[in-house]
Amino acid sequence: MSTSHRAAAQAITPSVPAIELVSAGLTYPDDTVALRDVSLRVRRGDFLTLLGPSGCGKSTLLKVIAGLLAPTSGALLLWGEPAQRLAPDQRPMAYVFQAPTLMPWASVQANVRLPLDLARVPRALANERVAQSLALVGLADAAAALPHTLSGGMQMRVSIARSLVTQPQLILMDEPFGALDEITRQRLDGELLELWRRAELTVVFVTHSISEAVFLSNRVITMAARPGRLLDEIPIDEPYPRSADYSVSARFANHARRVQESLQHASTHSASAGAAVARAGAA
Amino acid sequence: MNARHPSAARDAQVARVVYPAAVAGLLLLAWQALVSGWDLPPYLLPSPALVARTLFHDWSTLGPALLVTLRITVLALFLATLCGVLVSFVFVQSRALETALFPYAVLLQVTPIVSVAPLIIIWVREPTLALVLCAALVALFPVIANTTLGLRSVDPDLLDYFRLNRASRSQVLLRLRIPSALPYFFGGLRIASGLALIGAVVAEFVAGTGGTGAGLAYQILQAGYQLNIARMFAALLLISLSGIGLFVVMSLLARAALGSWHASQSAGD
Repeated sequence: MSTSHRAAAQAITPSVPAIELVSAGLTYPDDTVALRDVSLRVRRGDFLTLLGPSGCGKSTLLKVIAGLLAPTSGALLLWGEPAQRLAPDQRPMAYVFQAPTLMPWASVQANVRLPLDLARVPRALANERVAQSLALVGLADAAAALPHTLSGGMQMRVSIARSLVTQPQLILMDEPFGALDEITRQRLDGELLELWRRAELTVVFVTHSISEAVFLSNRVITMAARPGRLLDEIPIDEPYPRSADYSVSARFANHARRVQESLQHASTHSASAGAAVARAGAA
Repeated sequence: MNARHPSAARDAQVARVVYPAAVAGLLLLAWQALVSGWDLPPYLLPSPALVARTLFHDWSTLGPALLVTLRITVLALFLATLCGVLVSFVFVQSRALETALFPYAVLLQVTPIVSVAPLIIIWVREPTLALVLCAALVALFPVIANTTLGLRSVDPDLLDYFRLNRASRSQVLLRLRIPSALPYFFGGLRIASGLALIGAVVAEFVAGTGGTGAGLAYQILQAGYQLNIARMFAALLLISLSGIGLFVVMSLLARAALGSWHASQSAGD
């Protein structure tokens, strides 16, 4: 990304939300409703989590925000501008997939440098930024390694380093630690919070883990499936930095219960129509 | 697989050479014993020792013949690779083009070269070129099929990532599609190298004594007319060794190009 649009983005007043969806919907050509009437404001500096069961459209929503999918109704505003009016290089955002999604033939350094190479950033400058980015995720020593020689957690760190290297304001993360073991995931969750605070990022995080959502975010948005839609917003009013103690505190359990209730409420409601059938099937 | 046990990996590598060599030694011994024991005449089955002697004595004719056949094979492989890769690039540009043209690539593959070679030899006056064309036709299909498959076998998430970063078409091709396709391409090349040799020999057989006559197939034909079975075996041996040599060269090329990143190159499998 170039310096010009970062300057432009800085000129926007902080009160303008980073992302604003106005009754956005996405219906596929075969009439499947992937998202219905989604209205959401993501403030700058938010750590917002989209939480819901499989098929609730949380990944789809993330792809809509990223511009990989276009909403079929409603509007998407990024930093106050209609998304379709923003030139592609005026979207200082990065996307982290569920899998590390690295090029297996390229070194860690070359993988992290990819977005800069694609933007034709001069090699010397790019390598400097790559070194900074790798240092941020604690992988400065692994620059020359090939991805398959690293553990799953380290590969995911490389993927995060690659997303940080463009110095984005917004990072979209699609269940980035979903494939990792619980211990590694908790460690990476903690590191991610550190990065978020230090770089003053805005993060939209997709997960189906209630505890991960409650630990990480200041706002949890619950979602339901068929059709994919937003249910509730549960604010997590807890100070940062959050320690491991927080994740075993009564307040943590309290937040988690509210999130749980929101999800259960939705499932009983949406199931009510087919409840008789389901009960008959269960019996 | 055995990366964590270097000694085990080395043992596996040694085994890969020693075991087949032991089989070859046993077979040669049995062959020699069979010929000596039954006192078979050399025009029925020459002993391995006689084949070796013939190879040495007739090297002045067999050596240049080997070079002719190898030259045709290598030129054909080169031509097939070049054309095959170009066709693959065209195929991946659009599904419509691939759908329209792929049946004709299959047509090339299923038409026996023996039946087409006479036509090519009549049409193309330059004998070497005619033989190269025949052999290239045989070797073309695996290059097209594998390279096309490879260029399409891109991790969809990586492709999304490139799109998110506004990668141009050429960037996607150079930085994503071509590296992703390399393992498939080299797989195709390995098959094609064997087919190019077969194509070269078959084409030489068809061309027969009609002018070009200098390759190994010509030597086999001539030796057959003269009932010089030992020389026939010697020429056959050279063809087999060429095939194995090509295979090894292609494997080394693949290893050099892919390094250690691809699973097909990991030790022990």
